[in-house]
Amino acid sequence: MSAIKVDQVAIGYSNTLIIDDLSVSIPEKKITTIIGPNGCGKSTLLKAISRVLKTKRGAVYLDGRAIHQLETKEVAKKMAILPQSANAPGGLTVFELVSYGRFPHQSGFGSLKKEDYEYIYWAIDVTGLNEFKDRPVEALSGGQRQRVWIAMALAQDTEILILDEPTTYLDLAHQLDILLLLQRLNEEEGRTIVMVLHDLNHASRFSDYMIAMKNGKLVKEGTPEEVMTCPNLQLVFNIEARIATCPFSDNPICLSYQLCQKDR
Amino acid sequence: MSASAEVSAKIEKLTEIKKHSHPIVAVVVLFGGMFALLVAIGLSISFGAADIKLATVWTAVFQFDPDLTQHQIIREIRMPRVLGAAIVGSCFAVSGALMQGMTRNPLADSGLLGLNAGAAFMLALCFALLPGLPYMYLIMYSFLGAGLGVGIVYGVGSMSRGGLTPMRLVLAGAAVSALLGALSEGIALYFRIGQDLAFWYAGGVSGTKWVHLQIMSPWILVAMIGALILSRSITLLSLGEEVAIGLGQRTKTIKLVGMIIVLILAGAAVSVVGAVGFFGLIVPHLTRFLVGHDYRWIIPCSIVLGGLLVVLADLGARMINPPYETPIGALIALIGVPFFLYLARKGGKEL
Repeated sequence: MSAIKVDQVAIGYSNTLIIDDLSVSIPEKKITTIIGPNGCGKSTLLKAISRVLKTKRGAVYLDGRAIHQLETKEVAKKMAILPQSANAPGGLTVFELVSYGRFPHQSGFGSLKKEDYEYIYWAIDVTGLNEFKDRPVEALSGGQRQRVWIAMALAQDTEILILDEPTTYLDLAHQLDILLLLQRLNEEEGRTIVMVLHDLNHASRFSDYMIAMKNGKLVKEGTPEEVMTCPNLQLVFNIEARIATCPFSDNPICLSYQLCQKDR
Repeated sequence: MSASAEVSAKIEKLTEIKKHSHPIVAVVVLFGGMFALLVAIGLSISFGAADIKLATVWTAVFQFDPDLTQHQIIREIRMPRVLGAAIVGSCFAVSGALMQGMTRNPLADSGLLGLNAGAAFMLALCFALLPGLPYMYLIMYSFLGAGLGVGIVYGVGSMSRGGLTPMRLVLAGAAVSALLGALSEGIALYFRIGQDLAFWYAGGVSGTKWVHLQIMSPWILVAMIGALILSRSITLLSLGEEVAIGLGQRTKTIKLVGMIIVLILAGAAVSVVGAVGFFGLIVPHLTRFLVGHDYRWIIPCSIVLGGLLVVLADLGARMINPPYETPIGALIALIGVPFFLYLARKGGKEL
């Protein structure tokens, strides 16, 4: 069963097409990771899925219905987005920012109801931000800030979470911290997670499904075992990789790599 | 044992909810500001070349006697002027607040989007080609000019790849303002209307008449109500466009409506006092500093504080060197420019 279906889409800015004729399915209640080199259209695809960018041709389907025909607030009740460069305005506290996640569930002038508070406190708690909740977001570290944005997406209470490079700019431990949180949300609550990651080993370790892209085209999709192979990585990143098995999770990992000879 | 812990946890949560849902400061600012505004209006009406007591102001307003000269002065000269100042201040402040929220640009002001320059350009054209045009039409042209300025800035800004970013908007605004400014000056030189324009640029509410207020008011009232309805959406937009879309907001519609409101408010204000900058910049920041980031509070508080600030500035302009009036624009620039530099230096994180 697929949560999101991307059907023959073309996406781009003004005259340049970044993605042309791409079709892909995002499985329900699974973690799906999109990988690929810089500029391959990963973020563009994510933006089209999350209706931030309009498709020029084709369509994105959410639960079998074309996303641009759905009421945007209804979409927001099913799908939460964490953009790559989310930046909070100065002075906003953690609690305030997370509370905006309740917007799609509110109406009128939007005072918070009891249910809203419950979701907000749950989101703050599950992301481990209890002690920071009255602090300004700008005063937090990069990793904490990223968790605040994730908390906001969680407060939105959606089946699907879309995250564009949630671990970028974080140190090793904090990267793992975020990914483990996402894994827990997937395993315990059955949330569908779609993200872009640059770290192949993280992608392999935490994903059920991987999508490899290059030049706006789909190169390979499947389980980490199917995607993380030497030929595929050469095709996608132009690297000669040594693949081994992760001692923690039995997934394939890229031990080390070098650029392919012929292109140097 | 565990039950009592549960109860105390519940109580803690309730106080927590109370704390977050009652922005006491904002209420104090709003009502304190209203009171201060009324007092300032009263003082400003009573102060002037002809000395009038506050009590006379009261009777002039509520028990008007057309045979009394003092009542005449209050009714025909002082009141429209002071009310005009309050309205203009509110307009600039709210338009600035909307712009800052929508563009995520802390330096946004009606000057930024080419509004002032557009209006001034249109006025220069009017003075040159249609001398003696009644004020009612001048306002309309100023309005059109403001729209023209914004239109060009948005057009230039959105032509480029990737659409409108805050930075592009600022650059386009600066470029278009410079161009329109140069054209206005050219027109002024060619048609020898420099003096008329200079009077306009200096800015001032002294010439405000009841008829101006009558023309402005319906527009402004509608725009203000619109701004209040939009306030929550503006908060969301201030988190960033992608975040706002993700939360299910129709960002294009909100931006369009917001822009029209800005146009009406700032266009009307510029048409009365000329290109007085910096109000739209200062007041929203001041308000944000006092009441926090929620535009549901920022906008009503900006209405009050904007009005208050311009009424006080106008009063100050008359008190500095009586019976002469210091241009209100100069007075504001004196406070506004250092504030602008301070904001620019801070790097604009405070939005």
